[in-house]
Amino acid sequence: MIRFTWLQFRAQASVAAGALAVLAVILVVTGPQLVHLYGTTVAACPAQHDCQSAVNAFTSQDSFVRSLVGLVMEATPALIGMFWGAPLIARDLETGTYRLALTQSVTKRRWLAVKLALAGLGSMATAGLLSLMVTWWSSPFDRISMDRLDISTFSVRGIVPVGYAAFAFALGVTAGLLIRRTVPAMAVTLAVFIGVLVGFALRIRPHLIAPIRAVSALNMSWVTSTGTRAPGNSFFVGLAPNSDGAWIYSSQVTTAAGRANLGPLPRGCGSNTSYQQCVAAITRMHLRQVVVYQPASRFWEFQWYETAIYVALALALAGFCFWWVRRRLS
Amino acid sequence: MTAVLETAGLGKRYGRHWALRDCTVTIPAGKIVGLVGPNGAGKTTLLQLAVGLLAPSAGTIKVLGGRPAADQAQLSRVGFVAQDTPVYPRLTVTKHLRMGAYLNPGWDGALAAQRIEQFGLDPGQRAGSLSGGQRAQLALTIAIAKRPDVLILDEPVASLDPLARREFLQGLMEAVAWNQTTVVLSSHLIADLERVCDYLIVLAASHVQLTDVVDDLLASHHRLTGARRDPRTLPADQEVIEASHTDTQTTLLVRTREPILDPAWIVKPVSLEDMVLAYLRRGRQPNPTGRPELGVLS
Repeated sequence: MIRFTWLQFRAQASVAAGALAVLAVILVVTGPQLVHLYGTTVAACPAQHDCQSAVNAFTSQDSFVRSLVGLVMEATPALIGMFWGAPLIARDLETGTYRLALTQSVTKRRWLAVKLALAGLGSMATAGLLSLMVTWWSSPFDRISMDRLDISTFSVRGIVPVGYAAFAFALGVTAGLLIRRTVPAMAVTLAVFIGVLVGFALRIRPHLIAPIRAVSALNMSWVTSTGTRAPGNSFFVGLAPNSDGAWIYSSQVTTAAGRANLGPLPRGCGSNTSYQQCVAAITRMHLRQVVVYQPASRFWEFQWYETAIYVALALALAGFCFWWVRRRLS
Repeated sequence: MTAVLETAGLGKRYGRHWALRDCTVTIPAGKIVGLVGPNGAGKTTLLQLAVGLLAPSAGTIKVLGGRPAADQAQLSRVGFVAQDTPVYPRLTVTKHLRMGAYLNPGWDGALAAQRIEQFGLDPGQRAGSLSGGQRAQLALTIAIAKRPDVLILDEPVASLDPLARREFLQGLMEAVAWNQTTVVLSSHLIADLERVCDYLIVLAASHVQLTDVVDDLLASHHRLTGARRDPRTLPADQEVIEASHTDTQTTLLVRTREPILDPAWIVKPVSLEDMVLAYLRRGRQPNPTGRPELGVLS
């Protein structure tokens, strides 16, 4: 059964291998250049006391390859689910060839197990290789922007793409098994996969690890604005914590006693006062800041949690497929 | 007589609809068995139950003494050619044979290669571009090279033209002539079955209407024509299958093992087709599918 599955899967596998090879060539050609450039511009900038222009010069590099890489990374798990997962069983059911395959000397159980294992591991290997290449290639950019926990970066780095690929594949197989038609199964796979991915990132990921709640004296260099706001024209201080790659859930300014209401506008911050007078007035208030966040160092912790959850979902779907084939595909 | 297939009260239900209901049938070993019946009689359901593609909703079915598709050993003893002879359209003929070799422990590669050559199939051609007749030959080759003890074919020739149909059945006969393979062949075309089968089972509305060795059937059925009379006045050993009357004349189809001695009758032999049709009319129940009934083609 393994050899026969490979016979069927070979064409799709070579398409994937070819695409990976093309991307690898692009990345290998441009990658070392980036590392070199990073060394000469950004890494050397403290000596020249002008890091902003060095960073700007560096981050404008290879913008085409960067967007290409981002697109490929985003699309790969969905494509795996649609083109490897959905047709895996649905095509056999649709064209009636399951009646040929299942009347050879192979039990239904083994037929499904080998198909799932081979194509599923192929899906995970494809996504893993791809992510490995992209994570390596993007590392100079990631060192500058420090936003690996950002919603758009987190999902295209490290090991989570492997989990996404496993889940998308299993989802495709399940949809194909239930719908029994390839094209509708592909559409359903895409829709459900995107829904789960977005829902997970927005609703579940923030709760995977309890965030840190840091209370400290107000850092004046993070203050972006001051003013009054309704109700009651109370004093308001806007805060933008310098994240250092941290994932900020919320930030708030409170009084020394911890109250959110800062009271009336201090006298130093009226319409006819100077910036320095206002800063001095705020400093006299001894305000505090409350920042709820995940530090950048938790990147791999989040990666492992999320990957494990998606792989577990994939295994659950695979288990369902076995049950369904045994009970209902007859 | 040992049985290759034995069912008792077998039924298969889809939701509320029974595709096969309370079917009890025994198929003997070593025969070429024709399974005939109108569309919707449950032939395909019965055969798919026999190869384990379907699981029964009621009753029992045993093939070669075991539960269909129970394990690899059971699967390897049963060859199957499904209706419309499905093959993988994008795999070549050679790759189909490789599939057979990979998936069947008893695969006879030499036999497969010989059959492919005999029927002029191009090994490099994709199965999707084969003609209907060639595709059927390929499917049959895969089933035969598996070296099964029983070969089950579900309407294999229904979609073939008369020439391809004859070639297919000839190939089938050649392949099973040298050993004891039992063949179960379903069709709604009686003429095809008459050519190859030595045992006949007539199935209508899930129920067996008639089952016997073909030669015995032909020898024991007679068409009697004579002056009008009440069929009830016939000797007790003559079973009336069908009777029709005009004002002056009576025509009967009777089954009897004894010779017919009454000189009032003109006795003629009955063709298998007429016999089967008579049994189907006798056992007729409302046709649930609305599809056409038994077809007659040659």
